[in-house]
Amino acid sequence: MTTTTIAGVAVDTNDEGFFTDPTQWTEEMAPELAAAADIGQLTDRHWQVLHFMRDEYFEKGTGPTVRLLGKASGVSVKELYQLFPKAPAKTAARIAGIPKPRGCI
Amino acid sequence: MSTSIVILGGGTGGTLTANRLRRLHRDDDVTITVVDQDDDHVYQPGLLFVPFGMTSVDDIVRPRSRQLHDGIEFVASAIDRVDLDADQVHLADGRMLPYDVLVIATGARLVPEETEGLTGPGWMDTVFTFYEPAGAAALARELAAFDGGRIVVNVVDLPIKCPVAPLEFCFLADWFFTERGIRDRVQITYATPLDGAFTKPSASEALGGLLADRGIEVVTEFNTGEVHGEGGRLVSWDEREVPFDLAVVIPLHGGAEYVGRSPGLGDAVDFVPTDEHTLRSKVAPNVFEIGDAATVPTSKAGSVTHFEGEPLVANIEHHLAGEPLEPTFDGHANCFIETGYHKALLIDFDYETEPVPGHYPGRIGLPLLKDSRLNHLGKLLFQSVYWHSLLPGRDLPGVGSAMPTAGKHLPTRSKEHAP
Ligand SMILES: Cc1cc2nc3c(=O)[nH]c(=O)nc-3n(C[C@H](O)[C@H](O)[C@H](O)COP(=O)(O)OP(=O)(O)OC[C@H]3O[C@@H](n4cnc5c(N)ncnc54)[C@H](O)[C@@H]3O)c2cc1C
Repeated sequence: MTTTTIAGVAVDTNDEGFFTDPTQWTEEMAPELAAAADIGQLTDRHWQVLHFMRDEYFEKGTGPTVRLLGKASGVSVKELYQLFPKAPAKTAARIAGIPKPRGCI
Repeated sequence: MSTSIVILGGGTGGTLTANRLRRLHRDDDVTITVVDQDDDHVYQPGLLFVPFGMTSVDDIVRPRSRQLHDGIEFVASAIDRVDLDADQVHLADGRMLPYDVLVIATGARLVPEETEGLTGPGWMDTVFTFYEPAGAAALARELAAFDGGRIVVNVVDLPIKCPVAPLEFCFLADWFFTERGIRDRVQITYATPLDGAFTKPSASEALGGLLADRGIEVVTEFNTGEVHGEGGRLVSWDEREVPFDLAVVIPLHGGAEYVGRSPGLGDAVDFVPTDEHTLRSKVAPNVFEIGDAATVPTSKAGSVTHFEGEPLVANIEHHLAGEPLEPTFDGHANCFIETGYHKALLIDFDYETEPVPGHYPGRIGLPLLKDSRLNHLGKLLFQSVYWHSLLPGRDLPGVGSAMPTAGKHLPTRSKEHAP
């Protein structure tokens, strides 16, 4: 576990850069986290996914996978790859300040 | 009045749960009923060996009903839906089964139709899966006749049953074509949605090294969006392509369809939300899960299902006695990874502990994270252990439910620091 400073606030992250305590996250941190993941301006569509990720995390204890996002977030898998290229669920989890989705074990 | 326990699914988990419960309830105070849609119990780990002619489908299938001890009722019917409010199961043949305790053991279902093009032109011609008996048998014919070209092994997305099986397929294919003397004419590619060979970093490193040694190309973070069987290419969502002459695809998995038809029972892909330590469902206090049907965050594997048996049955007993449940299941998983040339690797892990080197189950035992002949023998022996010890619901000598640590080279931080 390491401490990283984001938007001027110290937060706890793991080796892979995921938040270990999602309550430390605030919306102000998202643009900086997005820039670090090579994503430019966050649009309403990005925010729809980020909010969905956090809701799911607090309800179920883990963030959703791309497939679940495609079924339930209101954003199709195709668009998810446009918004968050390469690994949408992982990247969105990073920006939404939640741990890496556990779908994959 | 007698208590009625209904178990949905007569595969690995349903069978071993029924047999364990029956041993505890010898008289008629508890009735145990197992429902399954067919009477063919497949030893699924054997499906890996069918494509290479190392076994046949006939050799890995036995009647389900005969794996159940006397006094357990077997009902052969598909399940239509569960009514959680009325504590009733509705069967496809019109019958209704009331229950006091329900155990969901209907496993995972392959959903190839969810991937564009996968079941279109080329399916079972240039595109196969070995995850079910018909596909495995068809692939055996195909591989025997294959005389060179590009083979891609592709996992569409996780979770899948036995996430090491696709890697094992790559290793066995390398061996198979080497033995046939045409390995130099066959290109083997492993396309995975993960960022490495496996989900757990330490094992990923060891397995990645083995793949490289065997000349198997790995394409990572490949999320299959489309399969063109006729054109011979996989296309990812981010528009990368992997060409093939023969594709071996592990389709998306979901839970059983009836879960989706049962209000309040499952999640968006029909798995049943389950407490990862007690194995009680999160949907009703008298509904429990075992095996691949549950959402617990560990591998979907027969070994996990076996390790769940003891804590599950203990908690069903606590529930019947009106006692609090015990959070004893630790996510223990144990997988032999067949690497070909009469060798295999063994990994052992749980919710908190990564697969590490050492020996299993104690200081003297099978080598972990290292390929050896002993592990290969272990994998072969597993088939007989499966029919004769695991399904009857016996505890295996020296192999407890909880993950052992004695023979492992663990980092100083271990289980007691778990969150
Ligand atoms: C190719 C392959 C290789 C594998 N290798 C290994 C290995 O090496 N080691 C290991 O530990 N595990 C391995 N596994 C995984 C292992 O087989 C499963 O994890 C295990 O069988 C899960 O048990 P289960 O009881 O949850 O499901 P299953 O054993 O699949 O049983 C589910 C049952 O539910 C029934 N059912 C489903 N829906 C309905 C319905 N609507 N109505 C009535 N009945 C229904 C099905 O007919 C089935 O009998 C492998 C799996 C595959 C596919």
